[in-house]
Order: sequence, then C-alpha cells, then structure tokens
Amino acid sequence: MDWAALGLSLKLAAWTLAILMPLGVVVGRWLAWRRFAAKPLLEAALALPLVLPPTVLGYYLLVALGGATPLGQAYERLTGHPAVFTFDGLLIASVLFNLPFAIQPMQRAFEAIPREVRLAAYCCGMTPLQAFGRIEFPLAWPGILSAAVLTFAHTLGEFGVVLMVGGAIPGETKTIAIAIYDRVQAFDSAGAGVMSLALLALSMGAITVSYFATRRIGHDG
Amino acid sequence: MMAEASSPGLTLQVRQRAPIPLEAQLECAPGELVALVGPSGSGKTTLLRTIAGLLRPAEGRVSCNGQLWLDTEKKVDWPPFRRSVGYVFQSYALFPHLSALDNVKAALGHLPAAQRDARAAQLLARLHLAGLEAHRPAQLSGGQQQRVAVARALARDPAVLLLDEPFSAVDQVTRGKLQRELARLRVSLNIPVLMVTHDLDEARMLADRIVILHHGNTLQAGTPEEVLTRPRSVNVARLVQLTNLFEGVLQAPPEAGGRHRLAWLDYSLEVDDPGGFVPGDKVCWVIPPQHVILHQRVRPSRGERENPVAGVVRECTPLGETTSVTLLVNDDRRYPLELSVPSHVARRNHLAAGERIGVSLLAGGIHLMPWEPLGGPTGE
Repeated sequence: MDWAALGLSLKLAAWTLAILMPLGVVVGRWLAWRRFAAKPLLEAALALPLVLPPTVLGYYLLVALGGATPLGQAYERLTGHPAVFTFDGLLIASVLFNLPFAIQPMQRAFEAIPREVRLAAYCCGMTPLQAFGRIEFPLAWPGILSAAVLTFAHTLGEFGVVLMVGGAIPGETKTIAIAIYDRVQAFDSAGAGVMSLALLALSMGAITVSYFATRRIGHDG
Repeated sequence: MMAEASSPGLTLQVRQRAPIPLEAQLECAPGELVALVGPSGSGKTTLLRTIAGLLRPAEGRVSCNGQLWLDTEKKVDWPPFRRSVGYVFQSYALFPHLSALDNVKAALGHLPAAQRDARAAQLLARLHLAGLEAHRPAQLSGGQQQRVAVARALARDPAVLLLDEPFSAVDQVTRGKLQRELARLRVSLNIPVLMVTHDLDEARMLADRIVILHHGNTLQAGTPEEVLTRPRSVNVARLVQLTNLFEGVLQAPPEAGGRHRLAWLDYSLEVDDPGGFVPGDKVCWVIPPQHVILHQRVRPSRGERENPVAGVVRECTPLGETTSVTLLVNDDRRYPLELSVPSHVARRNHLAAGERIGVSLLAGGIHLMPWEPLGGPTGE
C-alpha cells in the first residue's frame, strides 16, 4: 500500500472540494436562474470535461501551463515554482476536470427551487444572504452533497489528466490511481489489488453516504 | 395626477414599454380592499411584484404611508426585505422544508427570537390552524396551505397586504370558505389590501373598489357597482363581460326638462343619464342584463311603457334558479339582448326558443360610452 500516494490523493480531493464547492454554488445558482444568449455556450464549455478524453485535457493544460507560455511563466514568477509537474498544477487540472461534476448537480438543485419560493423569502423580510442560508441552501443541499461526493470520488480516480500534468513524482504528483498503474507495471499484483480495493471502498462509501443523506432529506421534506 | 407621497395607504404609478408594456396607476387606502381584475397576461401580478420590490419598472413610483419605496426619477428603490409587504403568492410558495410554524417564523425576523414561537402560534391559531404547527406544507390540504401563506404574510406586521389569486388553487367549497374568512379577516386589518383576481364575482363580493387592468393599462377604477354597470369604455364593458353592447345616437329630450332619448334601430329609448354626451353624439351603450325586464305574457302591467323592445327568443337556458334568455331584437341576429329571469317566471311565461316576447330596458340601466366600432355581433 502506497500511503504517500493515498495521502496525496486525499489532499488533492480536499483542496479540490475547498475550491470547487463555493465556486460551484455561486456558478450553479447563477446558471440556474439567469437567462442570457451565450448561456448554452457556457454550459457546453463547462460540460466539456465530461466528453473530452482526459489525455487531451491534460495535453492542453500541459501546454498552457508549461514554462514556454506567458501563463506558465507568470505562474512561475508569482509562486517561485512551475505549475506543471507540481501539486499546484495537479490542483488546477483537478478543479478544471471536476467542473461539470460540481456545477451540474448544484445547478439542477437550484433550478428545482420554485421562483416564487425564492421571492417569498425576500417578502418575509430576509436579506439575500439570509434567504440563501435559510431557504435556498437547505433546499439545494441534496444537490450540493451529490456534487461534493462526485467531485471527491472523481478526483481520487482520475488518471489521464493527472499523469499528463503531474507526471508521477512520488510524494508530489503521484496519486493513488497512478500508483496502482505503477504497481501493475511492476508486476506487483498484490499491491495493486490492495490499493484498488481501498479506492473501491472509499468510492462506494462516499456514494452510499450521499444516497442515504439525500434519501433522509427527501423523506423529511 | 401624481398622488402625494405623504398620503396614507398605497399609491403606485408605473410606465414602461418593455418587457411588458405598463401604463398603470392605482391607490389603496388603509382598510380598503382593492381588486385588480383583468385577463391573464394583463399585468396584474407584475403590478403586485412592483409594489413588493420584486420587479423594477422602467419608470415608476411606489409609496406607502408616506414612505417612498420606489421612485425611478429620484433613484429610490428599496429592496423587498425593507418594504413592509405581506405577499400571498398564487402557488402559496411555502417553504417546503419548514413546518407550518417555521414558515410563519421565517417572517418574524423583526421580533426578538424568544417571542417568535408564541407569535407564530398565535397567527396560526388566528387562521384556524391550531394543532397543525408541526406539519410540513406537503402534509397540509390546499386550504390549510393557503391559510399558512396568509399567516406568514401577516407575520411581518405589513404595511400592505398583497394577495395574488389567493383562491385559484382550491376547490369551490374551500374557496367559498376561504373567501368568507378573508372578508372577516380584513375587517380587523387597517392596512391597504390589494387582491389580484380574474374572477369578477369574487371581486364584486370582496372588494371595496375594482381596478380593471388590460395590457398593462389601468382602464378604470371604482366601486364594483360602478365598474360592472357603468364601464368607461367598450373595452371595459367587454372585460367585465357586459354583452348587451350596441351603438346609438343621443337625441335631445322631446320636451324641456324631460329625459334624453337614444335612437337605436327603430326605437327611441329614454335615458336617465346622458353621461356628458350632447344630442347628436354617436355613442356606444350598454345595459346590464339585470336592467332588462321581461314583460309578463299572461298579465300585462304598466311597467311595459318604459322602453319596450320586442323580439324572438333565440336561446333559453335554465341555470338552476335563474334562466338565461337571449332575445334577438326585431328578430335580427345582429342585435342579441341578454336577460336573466327567475326560472319559475320563465316556466310560467312558457319561454322557449322561437317565442316572441317583449322586454323593457330600464332607463336607469342604460349607460352611454364614447363611440367606437363594435365589430359585428356581440352576443356570442
């Protein structure tokens, strides 16, 4: 069992959640209730990671963030280290490829709140922030939870993008999914098996928790 | 006329071209119930939402008890949570994840937390919901949900109560009950109450005044009696479902001090109120069915001398206690005249399609309006 790889994967998942959850709530809520001409285009762009081969996304990120581009150079000037083949680069990639997994469930959840219910909150004297905290967030909670679970599980399992952007530097960018591949390449079937089982258990656990939680909320509502 | 911001009650003026054309103004005094009546899409809900601050018109002004809530000219626009509005939505818009009590408590943010439970329970009890405090909206009947919505709207101690089609989502029996409850409740409320409805009977029954709205324009405001029997225009007459709508020419009284006359077909009808028109004016006119009196066929009476008109019955439809009769004046399909008679009178007089009858058009019921082309038969 490669504990360093597992720890790195969990750290990556935690950071991805920390960035994507607030972002997803803001963007998902905004997309749910706004109409504008370019909305389908924006939605399509956000959904792209669902259909784009991970290696393609990884290739573009590698090129965009690499030391040869102004973006990569600016990043290196700002932080003192390059984006690619570091944890930072991995995190940027993880946030990008998880965008649809975080935003879509939240957008659906906010869309499901009737407009009049939202307006009623304002008419009850609530400020927009109070209306969000007391009405919108509790009603959208099942969707927000699914988004979190999907993002978490998907980060643990992502392989192609992570390999392209991060390489497989132990302790820096070698996640558990890559470690499994490594073990198989080294004919260490037992090691690969243990880690696969751990990943399977984690994913199953997360999904189960989300189903139980949303079912309980459904029954209460 | 622009009403003063300092006047008590609610005043509203709005004007815009898009997205929904609006040209409306209305006033509602404390303790008064005004019904906003109009067909779907006439802008009724838009006006309510403008008052609540949920929509902002291109140009407009809303003031309540001297407080200026909206003035696009002065760039005043209070957000909804600052406007003291109780709003009952058409769908009730209860918070589905909260109990009845918590729904009401959600609007009690202005009270100290320790008082909210008691106040919410008191409001629910006032709306006959004691015992249902812990129920979620999904566990309540339509009528109970409506009452929770009213309790929640009143919880803020609002300066104005806005009701958007509050009875449209319940069955007829519940509707009658809730209407009586509202009639009782409003007596104890000394605030302006604005109710949106497309149901003229509901407006007639509950409102002190009716405002007719069409394509975003407030066409007429007045007591139900005024608006429903003396419409300002052909358009209003049609909106309040007056179908006895005809054209005529006003004539001078035959003798000094006498009644004006209205030339219509080969009749010369007496008119109580020439309504500001002068002899020679081409007018449109209307007579509500209740001012059309059937001449008894078995027992003629003296009342038959008032504006007698004759024709053949086209339709005679019993609707329970009353029977709706359509008469073709002078046997002409272009001039259908509707009246309603008690069903027993219809039976006794052997009213049936094809029978010839005489009626009187009561001079006091004839109402004149500016002329405009009526465009074909109006009896359908």
